[in-house]
Amino acid sequence: MKNSLPEVHGFFQRDRSWHPPAFAPGYRSTVVRSPQRAPISFPNTLSEVTGPVFGHALLGELDNDLTINYAKAGESAIGPRIVVYGRVLDENGRPVPNSLVEFWQANAGGRYRHKKDTYLAPLDPNFGGCGRAVTDAEGRYWFRTVQPGAYPWPNGVNDWRPAHIHFSVFGPGFVQRLITQMYFEGDPMIWKCPIVRTIPDERAIERLIAKLDMEATQPFDSRLYKFDIVLRGSNSTLFENRKEGN
Amino acid sequence: MAQELNRLKESPSQTAGPYVHIGLTPNFLGIEGVFPVDLGREMVNDETIGERIDVVVRVFDGTGTVLKDVLVEIWQADAKGLYNSPNEPRGKADPNFTGWGRMASDMENGECVFRTIKPGQVPFNDGRMQAPHISLWIVARGINLGLQTRMYFADEDAANRVDPVLTRLEHQNRVPTLIAPREGNTYKFDIHLQGEKETVFFDI
Repeated sequence: MKNSLPEVHGFFQRDRSWHPPAFAPGYRSTVVRSPQRAPISFPNTLSEVTGPVFGHALLGELDNDLTINYAKAGESAIGPRIVVYGRVLDENGRPVPNSLVEFWQANAGGRYRHKKDTYLAPLDPNFGGCGRAVTDAEGRYWFRTVQPGAYPWPNGVNDWRPAHIHFSVFGPGFVQRLITQMYFEGDPMIWKCPIVRTIPDERAIERLIAKLDMEATQPFDSRLYKFDIVLRGSNSTLFENRKEGN
Repeated sequence: MAQELNRLKESPSQTAGPYVHIGLTPNFLGIEGVFPVDLGREMVNDETIGERIDVVVRVFDGTGTVLKDVLVEIWQADAKGLYNSPNEPRGKADPNFTGWGRMASDMENGECVFRTIKPGQVPFNDGRMQAPHISLWIVARGINLGLQTRMYFADEDAANRVDPVLTRLEHQNRVPTLIAPREGNTYKFDIHLQGEKETVFFDI
């Protein structure tokens, strides 16, 4: 046996004052779903710094085009066509390649294709609402979709979610796992939403608002929104340059 | 003024919401034809090395009600204690074992059933061995930031008693919240988000 310890580099600690707290009573579902005891910390081990990595071979040709990946042949989803693009970076500003980015959303009328959604706005027969991408060597991803609609939800008597797209993102370490939501620049509903407002810092909320990019927009096709995602960084990136990142 | 570190802040988390299935388990929900299979459902194949086990996870809220809209992911080592990950420095893991599972809870009984293998032991940073364990990540409506915990195995008592994570807990009476009992080849792991039986969650 070598006289050396396992090679383990920890991730930067999560800033739990930047993330929303577990107990945020304005969002009523958190009241009975929030732990009351303090979480326990220990240094990252191999169990935390490793995680599943997905290759581009996973992807089907239409996985990142929600306008047609559920549509009948020759048809497409109804609604304002947009392309969302951006990069997955870590806290050191380095790209995260081979990051699986999954996203889901309501249709243009704010209706989800889910058996529990009973909102009166109709389903779009050509829209499923799910897609995925794997980032390239520079951490880039993109997908085409329709802009989702706002919808009411049972919280306060008259609470409506702003238009949003849910994102699930993987880094190479399992403790980088992150789910978040993307909002759209200029939407007045953002600042009224109890789920948005679980985030205590306005600067953090701004980080979830995708910016309209008219320069990159494709004429007579789709408007573009740019949305970058940042995952936890790690100390090892300061001192070395491992190809797979960590 | 000192120099700036020029680091970025992590994107803030938001809840996965009640419709997480659309994105992460669409076939389970009945959205078929977009992705061929739900990712993370199959962890093993006929060639996988190790003892086959089922891990049944249920998550309860502070009123004792089981969550029927929870999504759980697990991450674990192979039978020899190696992770199927580019960040695994000690050698190549079993290529027939993914190490990663994802299950939405059954909409009737709230069970997430993982068909997997019992993991081998993985060292802690100081070289001591950790007891066999599975890392879990839990998201749902009403959970703002995914919850991290671990499941240990009740039939690994000797290893559990010296595990570097379990032994560092100040409140040793909370250790049993992380240990799943065995019945045949099934381990049942009940997670309590809040209250008397609250499971230990980690900030790691």
